[in-house]
Amino acid sequence: MIRAFLAVLILTLASASASGQITQSESPIEPRDFASQTQEDRYRSLIGEVRCTVCQNEPIESSNAALAADLREQVYQQIIDGRSDFEIRSYLRDRYGDFVLYNPPFAGHTLLLWLGPIVLLLIGLIIGGILIRHRRKMLMERSQAAQ
Amino acid sequence: MIRMLLPFGVFLGLVILLLTGLQTADQRQVIDSPLIGRPMPNFALPTLHDESATVARVDLLGKPFVLNVWGSWCPSCRVEHPLITRMGREIESPLVGLNWKDERSAAMRWLGQFGDAWDFHLFDQPGSLGIDLGVYGAPETFLIDHTGIIRHKHIGPVTAESYDDLIQKIRELETEAATS
Repeated sequence: MIRAFLAVLILTLASASASGQITQSESPIEPRDFASQTQEDRYRSLIGEVRCTVCQNEPIESSNAALAADLREQVYQQIIDGRSDFEIRSYLRDRYGDFVLYNPPFAGHTLLLWLGPIVLLLIGLIIGGILIRHRRKMLMERSQAAQ
Repeated sequence: MIRMLLPFGVFLGLVILLLTGLQTADQRQVIDSPLIGRPMPNFALPTLHDESATVARVDLLGKPFVLNVWGSWCPSCRVEHPLITRMGREIESPLVGLNWKDERSAAMRWLGQFGDAWDFHLFDQPGSLGIDLGVYGAPETFLIDHTGIIRHKHIGPVTAESYDDLIQKIRELETEAATS
């Protein structure tokens, strides 16, 4: 009885892991032919930095949405047609705005975003400096008073 | 005293920051279109009802029009359908459908079942005009003026709240076309 139960359990587990393997190989990325390794590398890196606008927290690289597939196709075609990364990014940005790229551009309206952390660090350093100086002065006065 | 108030002030600042963040969370899902104020992209597409007909951008110029992106596969399009039907009745400008990434037969069945208030439908099965328009999900509704400039984009289903605003914007474009 126990042996039969174990056999069923093992079979279930085996089939589960087999089906698990199948789903793993179902990547949303279509197989593509490239003229060179450079083109393929560019394709890989570009689809990794483009946001799927339907499912906003996924790059089109890993999205199953139909629109993501269309955008992958666009990126692929444009690479094959010899467009530069810059041109492809501008193509997407012209249609979907800065939001479509995970890296926002360095421009007037994003100054706070890019420089904010540096400004905060500077403020922290200044406050830290003032506190240290204040404390050092206090300690010095105290030791002088003790002498 | 000031030293004690400082952490409290920082804390208060954080609370205000996070609260305003929460309030605007819904708006952040909506992506501003960079196409507002820019000419509508060129296209030449068949219509849904007539495979052999071709409508191009130039055919639509001269009058303002509403471009409503939909698909029979899109549940929210059914939600906004009664308001789109009402819009078709209430506005003078053409109401153009952009049937997006759909099957012709399914789209025709959908219209047969729910009603067709649009003047005509462009049939964009490959979704190329959709990409050029920066469409990222149906339904979306564009208002385009008589010179072919995209003036407004409504993302998601037209709701009772947004309906009046859209109608007013269409009327403004109509007056603008009449006076120029």
